[in-house]
Parts: sequence; structure tokens; C-alpha cells
Amino acid sequence: MQHLPSTPPIIKPATLLFLVGLLTLVCASFYSLDIQWSLLFTADAVRSSVEFLRGFTPPALTWPFLLKVAQGMLETLSMSALGTGIAFTCGIMLAMPASGRFGAAARWVMRLALNILRSVPELVWALILLIAAGLGPFAGTLALAVHTTGVLGRLFADALENMPPAPETTLRINGVQPMTAFFYAALPQILPQLMSYTLYRWENNIRAAAILGIVGAGGLGQMLKYHLSLFQMQQAASVIIAMLILITLVDGASFWLRRRLTSH
Amino acid sequence: MSLVVNTAISNHPDPAWRGRITASLIALIVLWPLLIASEFKPWILLDAQSLGATWHFLASFFPPAHSKAFLLLILQATWQTIAIATAGLTLALLSAIPLTLLATESLSVSRLESGRMRLASTVVRQGARWLLVLLRSVPELVWALLLVRILGLGPAAGVLAIALTYSGMLGKVYAEILESSEAHATQSLLKNGSGRLAALLYGALPASASELVSYTTFRWECAIRGSVVMGFVGAGGLGQRMDESMKMLAGDEVSTLLIIFVLLVACADWVSTFLRKRLG
Repeated sequence: MQHLPSTPPIIKPATLLFLVGLLTLVCASFYSLDIQWSLLFTADAVRSSVEFLRGFTPPALTWPFLLKVAQGMLETLSMSALGTGIAFTCGIMLAMPASGRFGAAARWVMRLALNILRSVPELVWALILLIAAGLGPFAGTLALAVHTTGVLGRLFADALENMPPAPETTLRINGVQPMTAFFYAALPQILPQLMSYTLYRWENNIRAAAILGIVGAGGLGQMLKYHLSLFQMQQAASVIIAMLILITLVDGASFWLRRRLTSH
Repeated sequence: MSLVVNTAISNHPDPAWRGRITASLIALIVLWPLLIASEFKPWILLDAQSLGATWHFLASFFPPAHSKAFLLLILQATWQTIAIATAGLTLALLSAIPLTLLATESLSVSRLESGRMRLASTVVRQGARWLLVLLRSVPELVWALLLVRILGLGPAAGVLAIALTYSGMLGKVYAEILESSEAHATQSLLKNGSGRLAALLYGALPASASELVSYTTFRWECAIRGSVVMGFVGAGGLGQRMDESMKMLAGDEVSTLLIIFVLLVACADWVSTFLRKRLG
């Protein structure tokens, strides 16, 4: 005679606790921010918003201005590409110790360093680096490189740790030098993954590069900030459209490259 | 045989080194215009004046500011950052869910019957998708910059900027998750005359609930990072404090803010990993 298992509760106590906590967090957030929602939707506010938005049309399309926008696009593109490239190189170098190849202590220290690099966003790095590198795209490039090094370094280290170790160990046991074993057995296994991470970060970085200029680090963001603060809305509209075009182009290029590089 | 392999190996540790060197050189030549366009001049970092300024600023990082009044201010700003992220994500959910339902193709009734959607549904569905694309393509900081001009300085702009960008992201990814889940249950329900909402709640949702929640948690973590950054354009929270401290070149305050910030991101990361592990 078998007893039926007791019916599971509709909702587990832990889940209930979590939901209550979540609800409290949401309510506390709205309550403490104390936003005057009713003021946002008065006829007056709506009218002024519509007027503000109408100022954006038509986008400025004179040739000299378009040329300047194109230059800003090139600057933004270079910042993102160079930042990602530098981060790729530094990321691989830092991933070696961070994946525990030089002992547990080195791994721990390097992981901590990478986490710190990673958790400070590009924009904050840009602000700090402005002091060393001066206003302009160079500070932005460095900021992207520093933050992305943290992100890629950690992803690369994880990739190195998670790959099947047998091929490399086999070579090492048979007396092959560590460098050689790495290049013959480890790198070919993870290279497609590394490339795909890097291209994904490039997509992120083009978005970041587009806005870094808001703190003075060059590119389209700087133009946007400039024109918005002069209330030249039509120029600002063109810059925003240029950002969207650039982001779409880079997304497309990265998608294409990723398919080329990772499908062997 | 093994002798041949051994000599080949001893020549150079990397079997593909020629290819790698060539690729790097070609990349450098192609990237040259980019180096010029981004004014890449590493030597200015070693310029005496810049080194002096950097050293001076970094030296003021220690000790970090720890007066009671300042810490209290920071605590308030930290909570505001979390609150902006949470409120923004809640609003994003409110608009992302209806948009997801509109954009999800596997919930189409007309497609089931004829293999093709009716014109009206196609138009609505594509419209919803384009709206999602537009919402998430404009960076959140640009939304914030515009909203600060409309709503004035303060957290309202940050909340709405997160709501706009993240509704685009959530809507797109939710639709993808729902479409990639096992379609069989949903389709049988729809074929047997159930409504779309019932088909969603009984068919697609139970299959992909944990994935949806896990993605939302991940986005919450991103929203916290985003809400810090949006402070720089005047949308409140830690970012605004950091902007003020940077402008005054108060290194000790900046270092406290950086520490708090790294801890906050680490905590959000930890909470989100914990929740995802529970679900997965």
C-alpha cells in the first residue's frame, strides 16, 4: 500500500518571503523618490514637452555640419575599436594569472584587480582619466580600454579555467614546454570564444563611446552635449540619428565578423 | 615520426606565429587612421605636467573622506541610486509586458491557421518591434540628458530614462525567450480555441518563467550601474555626488565614492547571482 506524496504547497515559504521583500523594495523605492507624477502629466507639462520634442525636427542637414558629424562618427568608431583592441591584448595577459596558472595567490589578487576595473563604469574612468590624459578622445579610449580589460580579463580567465584540460595536460606530461603546450593545445580551443566575447564587447563599447563625450571625452557625445546646452535641438537630433546609424552599423559588422570567425 | 614532431615544436612555441604576426601587422596598418582620429598619444601621459596633476589628485585619495556628515550623505545617495534602478525597472516591466505580448509571434492566431499572419496583425507586431528597437537603441544616458531638459534635474529623469531603455531591452529579450520555448503546448491551446492570454499563461509562461526572471534580475543589476552613470547628467544618486566631487577635485571624496560604488556593484552582482542560482 503506497501513500500518495503530500501535495506540494502552492507557494513555498522562501518564495513568499522573497516576493514580500521584492514588493517592499519596489514600494520603498517609489515612496522615497517622491516623484510628483501628477505634475508630469498636467496639460502644461505635456504641452511644453511636445514643444521641446518639436524643436528636434527637422534635423540639421547642412553639408558643413554633416561633415562635422561624420568626423564625430569616425572619432567615436576609433575610440571603440582601439579601446576594445587594447583591452583584448591586456585582457589575455591578465587572464593568465587570473586563471590560476601562476598559483592561487596570483589568481586571487588578479581576480580582485579585474573586478575593480570592471565594476567602475567607463564614464567614471573617463572622468578620472581626463586629469591625466586631458580633454578629448584619448581619455575616452583609455577609459574604454581600462573597463573592458576588466570585463574581458575575467571572461578570458573563466574560459581558460573551464576548457577541457586534457589536451594541454597530455602535452605537458610528455615533456612539452609550457608555452608550446599552451599555443598548441589551449589557445586553439578557446580562441573562437575569445573572439566572440571581444566582438560582443565592441558592440557594447560603441554605445559607451557614443556617450563618453558627455563628460568631455570626445566623439559624438561631446557634440550632443554641446548642441543640447546651446539649445540647438536640430543639430542635436542629427547627432542622435548619427549615433543610431553608427550603432546599427557596428552591430551588423560585429554580427558578420562573429559568424565568420567562430564558425569553422 | 615523433622526432619530426619534436623538431617542429622546438623551432617555435607557437605553430601559427607567422599568421598571427602578419594579422597583427595588417590590423595595425588598417587601424592607423583610427589612431589618428582618436588622437592616440600615449606620451602625454608621461608629460611632466600631466604626471604632476595625476599624482597630486591620486595622492589626495588617501585617506578616503569619512566624516559622519559625508557618509550620511553618501548613504542617502546610495539608496537613491538603488531606488532609481528599482523604480525604473518596475516601470519598464509595466510597459515591456504588453509590448512583449504584441511582439511575440508564437502567440499569433492567424499564423496558426494559414501559416501566415493577417495584414493587420503583421502591422501591429512589426510596429511593436520597431518601437522596442527605437527604445533600446538610444543609449540610456541620452534619454536621461533629454529628460533632464524636460523634467528638470532630479531622480524623475533617471527613473524614466531607465524605464524607456529597459522596456526596449526587456521586451525584445522576453519575446525571444517566449518564442524559443517549446511551442507545442501554446499551439495546441490556441488550436483548440483558447484565448491568447490563456495560451500564454498555461503554455509559454510556465516553460520559460525561470529564464524570464533570471534575465530580469540581470537587468536589475545593469540598471543599478546605469543609474549611477545617469547621475552625471543630473539625475540624482551616487553619480551626481561623484560629479560634484570630481568638479571640486576632492580626491578623498572621490575615493570614498569609488569604494562605495565598487561595493554596491559587487552586492548587486552577488544578489543577482544568488537569485539566479536559486532559480536555475
